[in-house]
Amino acid sequence: MATPDHLHFFIDPSRCIGCQACVQACTECDTHRGESMMHLEYVERAESTQTVPVVCMHCEQPTCAEVCPADAIKRTGDGVVQSAQRPRCIACGNCVMACPFGVPELYEDRQIMMKCDMCYDRSSVGKKPMCATVCPSQALFFGSREQIAQLRPLSAPVNRFQFGDQVITTRVFTMVPRATAARQPWVDVTAAMEDRPPARAIMLRVLPAAPPAPADAPDPFAEVVI
Amino acid sequence: MATLPVDDRAITERFGPHLSVMTGLRLSTTAEPERLVKTHCCFCGQQCGIQLKVRDNQVIGFEPWEEFPFNRGMLCPKGVKRYLQGAHPDRLIAALRRDPSAPHGFSAIGYDEAVQTVAAAIDRLQRTHGPQAVGLLGGASLTTEKTYLLGKFARMCLRTPYIDYNGRLCMVSAGVANKKAFGIDRTTNPWSDMVGTEVIWVAGSNVAECSPITTNYLWQAREQGARIIVQDPRITPAARTCDLYLPVRPGRDAALFAGVLQLLIEHDWLDHAFIEQHTVGFEQVAEYCRQWTPARTAEVTGVPERSLRQAAEWWGTAATSFLFHARGIEHHSNGVQNVLGTINLVLASGRIGTPKCGYGTIVGQANGQGGREHGQKADQLPGWRDISNPEHRRYIAGVWGMDEKDMPGPGVDAYEMFRRIDAGEIKALLTICFNPKVSLPDSTFITRCLEKLEFYAAIDFFLNDTARHADVVLPGSLHEEDEGTVTQVECRVIKINKAVDCPGEARQDWRIIQDIARGLGRDRGFTFESPREIFEELRIASKGGVADYSGITYEKIERQMGVFWPCYSEDPETGRPVDHPGTPRLFERGSYNPVARGAGPFYFPDGRARFNVAEYRPPVDDAGDEYPIYLTTGRVVSQFLSGTQTRRIGPLVNQYAEPRIEIHPRLAAKLGIADGDWATAETRRGAMTLRAMVVTTIRPDTIFIPYHWPGEKSVNRLTVAAQDPVSKIPQYKVCGCRVRRADGPPAYAAVLEPQQ
Repeated sequence: MATPDHLHFFIDPSRCIGCQACVQACTECDTHRGESMMHLEYVERAESTQTVPVVCMHCEQPTCAEVCPADAIKRTGDGVVQSAQRPRCIACGNCVMACPFGVPELYEDRQIMMKCDMCYDRSSVGKKPMCATVCPSQALFFGSREQIAQLRPLSAPVNRFQFGDQVITTRVFTMVPRATAARQPWVDVTAAMEDRPPARAIMLRVLPAAPPAPADAPDPFAEVVI
Repeated sequence: MATLPVDDRAITERFGPHLSVMTGLRLSTTAEPERLVKTHCCFCGQQCGIQLKVRDNQVIGFEPWEEFPFNRGMLCPKGVKRYLQGAHPDRLIAALRRDPSAPHGFSAIGYDEAVQTVAAAIDRLQRTHGPQAVGLLGGASLTTEKTYLLGKFARMCLRTPYIDYNGRLCMVSAGVANKKAFGIDRTTNPWSDMVGTEVIWVAGSNVAECSPITTNYLWQAREQGARIIVQDPRITPAARTCDLYLPVRPGRDAALFAGVLQLLIEHDWLDHAFIEQHTVGFEQVAEYCRQWTPARTAEVTGVPERSLRQAAEWWGTAATSFLFHARGIEHHSNGVQNVLGTINLVLASGRIGTPKCGYGTIVGQANGQGGREHGQKADQLPGWRDISNPEHRRYIAGVWGMDEKDMPGPGVDAYEMFRRIDAGEIKALLTICFNPKVSLPDSTFITRCLEKLEFYAAIDFFLNDTARHADVVLPGSLHEEDEGTVTQVECRVIKINKAVDCPGEARQDWRIIQDIARGLGRDRGFTFESPREIFEELRIASKGGVADYSGITYEKIERQMGVFWPCYSEDPETGRPVDHPGTPRLFERGSYNPVARGAGPFYFPDGRARFNVAEYRPPVDDAGDEYPIYLTTGRVVSQFLSGTQTRRIGPLVNQYAEPRIEIHPRLAAKLGIADGDWATAETRRGAMTLRAMVVTTIRPDTIFIPYHWPGEKSVNRLTVAAQDPVSKIPQYKVCGCRVRRADGPPAYAAVLEPQQ
């Protein structure tokens, strides 16, 4: 069985409420019970409640696999990059350092790298990954391009990411505002890292042509006297 | 005697809270479940559908239930990990008796002996002091069957007026206001009506943490073009990306609504036809609002005038809208007025009772809705009947087979019950599903009252903080060990299904109540063999009431995936038997209800809704010279209520282990407090020391502390016992406080685990 071609994973950080349902549900997955492969972080809690959920992006040309000296990381025909294979994995940690999205983790006690495999046990038999099933804000969504287009007319899926000189295409999509995605359909991750999170929202400055960053937005509490 | 038998810490050592972790079958990657049980989450009022994986009489995990229409498989972290409350090391599997000579304060005794002890104490105190010497406290996380039985037990078996429940802390402001304005207390629309509407106004509801599933409805609505207005003193995750944020000063909501309504009137953004045909009382409200000029409203509420004008324009000119609120505006000594303020905005717009136009309150507890309808509330009989109404009393007395003259009258609210314990009027207490020592305001007073009780019995599955004072503890049932119905946030009656048997000597709660009745020798009317039998009687008892469940059956719930009440067994118009599907949306034009009898869509004899003057009153114990900062309280997403269950679930505790003081950097700088420092918050009731969490997402004149922890970590030692004069809801959401940097860590930090 394989994950059906017409089904995709979509992430929309602007929807994320940081509840960690995805993290908790990931630990219930049968292939790695007790361990979460999800990453969910506050961008800068002091300034905003903005959180960003990160799953494996399942790159077309996975950097993790390219740097693996033991050839332990395989991309299956359906575009899913699998966790490291035993007994090949030598726990060198190359993949951990190389992944531009910071996804793989080394489990020292077991001497193996593990990461999100899009719930291959579920997605390969037609079910949704656990995290996208439970996500109460649907910041994590699993479905077809047609479904996402119908449900989210204001957003557009993007799956090209620029890290300096490297541009990566992934099986997983990030949702960005439709108007700006039409102008420049990739995410400049390095530029986004320079953003200073504003008080109200972190609208990831993912696109060069994005509207004025809300860093300039007025402090809603400016008039509060203490 | 209801003092603690031994030192609190010694009790904690034995009874927890300790943390459950995933082990054995719950960690196995190969263990297949024997069966999946379709049921719902045990926590909040959203009541998400979930399937529990069961093997060897243990819940070993969960599987999403994607067909259930409300949540379609979605869950928050509490739902995901709820199964870890079962097979827990702290679980009570035998009855306990208070025993100061035992190292941990309690000794196990046989179940029958425990029931006899409870019955004998009740009998003795009632013979000496009269039936009203015994009080009962229930809860809104119980199934409707249990709450019905509890109400019947108080009125028919114990014949005491003193019964109330923890919904008093939760939904009563909305309940009173809904009844005053609409004649019926219910959210008016299914949540699906939110998607496709033009404006959504979220008043005092941190949906991301308190009702996470509602977030997807909100975001779906936004994707379909809705503008979202959020009114909150904190920039909650929903406020972060909303279209208009109203940073209201705690306790000023009624002023805000009056100010916005005044702007609607000034701009004539009103539905005159609707006001004329379907309401009464608009003129008095308009007269009251006249004083709420934008300038004055801005000054009182702390919301800039431009934001008030923007809100009024969007609300006033929309064609469709949805407004919902939660505890943020309800937990106030002005709670009913705040809710009436929102209803006035809705009625002025005329946008109610049609698709994509709705209004509702987000109930906090699993059965926040059903738990307030069928008789555990001090003034109420089943079917939302009134215990002071002679006709209602006669009907219920008839169903129960008792003389109406023997039925006690209305009791008092839960907090007032403690005052009556303090006054020596109530001498014995029986509690279930309520942990008032943590959840009621000014909890030092509550502890003192508990210590005055001559006899106290608690039913619970864990030894909650209040139950530590008990003379006898009866081991009750977890959610997954029983069946029954609850009514969720949209007023969909749904079915909880049993997954596993009670362990050891633990019993289903309804059996325990009936066993006590038998122990008293008063078991007539308390011989039900199953929740279904109780539900069948409840159907009859609710028939003809506003909350009419007579047409609901367990089978219909399963077939339709829930039934919205009112659901009639006989057509209210013709009196003929009918297979009624339920009522997803209230107040549709031309709809018939048994109160208006065709006169109009609302539940009053003239069929019209009521505008009510929603007057602003400043909070009791407001921030001022001595206590200049506003203290507000609420939830975090990974914990629930007083934490009796969630503070025992390891992965949830790890997510947010201990309460912190949320404080704005401007205020923190003024006070010399840095992120992570120990800080002391103090009110007129007491002080507590917690770590500070310095964030720009809260008003600089306000601090926030979540309320899920006991003892020295309990913010309810600080909150004020001021109550709304009508609903009696406590004012949890605001009081004056002061904050200072602490010299060092509090003593508890070295000895208690984070969840304790």
